[in-house]
Amino acid sequence: MARDIGDVILSVENISLSFGGVKALTDISFDVREHEIRSIIGPNGAGKSSMLNVINGVYTPQQGRVTLRGRTFSHMDPHEVALAGIARTFQSLALFKGMTVLDNIMSGRNLRMKSNLLMQAIRLGPAEREEIEHRRFCERIIDFLEIQAYRKVPVGRLPYGLQKRVDLGRALAMEPSILLLDEPMAGMNTEEKQDMSRFILDVNDEFGTTIVLIEHDMGVVMDISDRVVVLDYGRKIGDGPPDEVRSDEEVIRAYLGTSH
Amino acid sequence: MSARNLPVTLLLAALAVGMVLPLAQSGTAPGFWLEVLIGGLMAGVLYALVALGFVLIFKASGVFNFAQGAMVLFAALAVARLSERMPLWIAFVLAAAIMVAFAWVVERLVLRRLVNQEGVTLLMATLGIAFFLDGFGQTVWGSEIYRIDLGISKEPMLVLESVFQGGVLVNREDIVAAVLAAGLVMLLALFFQRTSTGRALRAVADDHQAAQSIGIPLSTIWVIVWSVAGFVALVAGMVWGSKLGVQFSLQETALRALPVVILGGFTSVPGAIIGGLIIGVGEKMAEVFLSPLLVQAFDLAGGGIENWFAYVLALLFLLVRPEGLFGERHIDRV
Repeated sequence: MARDIGDVILSVENISLSFGGVKALTDISFDVREHEIRSIIGPNGAGKSSMLNVINGVYTPQQGRVTLRGRTFSHMDPHEVALAGIARTFQSLALFKGMTVLDNIMSGRNLRMKSNLLMQAIRLGPAEREEIEHRRFCERIIDFLEIQAYRKVPVGRLPYGLQKRVDLGRALAMEPSILLLDEPMAGMNTEEKQDMSRFILDVNDEFGTTIVLIEHDMGVVMDISDRVVVLDYGRKIGDGPPDEVRSDEEVIRAYLGTSH
Repeated sequence: MSARNLPVTLLLAALAVGMVLPLAQSGTAPGFWLEVLIGGLMAGVLYALVALGFVLIFKASGVFNFAQGAMVLFAALAVARLSERMPLWIAFVLAAAIMVAFAWVVERLVLRRLVNQEGVTLLMATLGIAFFLDGFGQTVWGSEIYRIDLGISKEPMLVLESVFQGGVLVNREDIVAAVLAAGLVMLLALFFQRTSTGRALRAVADDHQAAQSIGIPLSTIWVIVWSVAGFVALVAGMVWGSKLGVQFSLQETALRALPVVILGGFTSVPGAIIGGLIIGVGEKMAEVFLSPLLVQAFDLAGGGIENWFAYVLALLFLLVRPEGLFGERHIDRV
């Protein structure tokens, strides 16, 4: 690959998270390097989504810390995370269903809008210019994701595969440096999976976005990832390039060996 | 027309016919009918204003705010008592500031601790807020009947004298109220549709978690939306208070907004307005024209229709169209 994998920009250290008596994550550590595609895999209930929610600030781990570009957090707040340039998509769609495709994607620009309320309401000079500028950016994303035909359609009416693309579009509109994808291929057919893989690779390649991906579809993950973390019952049982992970005894026993 | 729409269309048609029917009666002067209609529309505007407060908060947080009526009363009391000591406009600005402070306190002490709780929990919380605000209002402002003087002549205007015999009496205050309400609604529409904060509000209404993920701070949004609802309550309370006097029965009248939102839909701003107008006109017409008929036909004591008409209408709507005229239809996968 032509991309230059850079230094570590995100690392989690000794993260433990439990809900009541249930241990979701036990002592997890791994790092993410700039520009890479980093995957977290594991069977259902392995703690993948919990891990993502810790990075995203939705869950606060009982132990451990997250370091983002040299800043260390023991607790992250979703708003702060967004300000720090981390965007995410959702496994079960969490789009603004009543709003159009364009409005959904524009909502990703929210943090970047600077002009004040009154100016926006009456579309005064600077506010108008700002709106146009953001709109132009969103149009680029719409072109990129090939959803030009659905701009003005309320998202709730689109088929599932397209809604997933809008979800990705909204995250891209934030111009994130790190993109967290929560099972982007879940529930997709083969063709949709191929489309989504292509978009993920293109985002990584063209915008240089670092991608952290959760997936339990092994095939896809092994094809597009630079490095893979394997979780099982909340523990890390493997970490490395796809080929290495694929041949690891423990990983095979815990995950690849079982048919599903 | 789809079969789903048939019952609601029939219901609306029956309502419309019921409203026009008195005109066909020989005993009704068209001018009088028009007066009743206008009176109903004006009451409807006020209902709509209160309903708007409900809708705003429901849209942005999924919370059914039982305290909206209490907020109307509290805001009206504030303006009434403050304006005894200072010019009306300063009292208005101060009262608006009080409502913003109230919104902030509610977010800090109540909403923030109840994020992601069941709807019922939040409903109970707002019930608590309603009772607190009622009592607190008395503690701070007193429990007499107070007046708000908007400086508008109480003398009704006589219009359309050349068209109808005896002309039509119109209340000046009612006209001011209608203009104020229309202005407020336009302002809200601009705010919701055109500003990035408006977009953020709509986003929060649709999905809390997704809204957080794009960096919308939930707590700020809640303070904003409760402030806006407080401001709407203030305007409603002022107009209403100047008409009826500021007293505790205002709270009860404000509850009339419940059937209004059921009719219009919990998530629709235009729904709140149209629902308000339908109920305002409907109950006035029923009181004036339907109750004499009932008295005649069944030898009842008559009267009092105004008190229950709105609720019966809301019940009928719940049967034929639970999401209201303009609400979002919820289809759950089972």
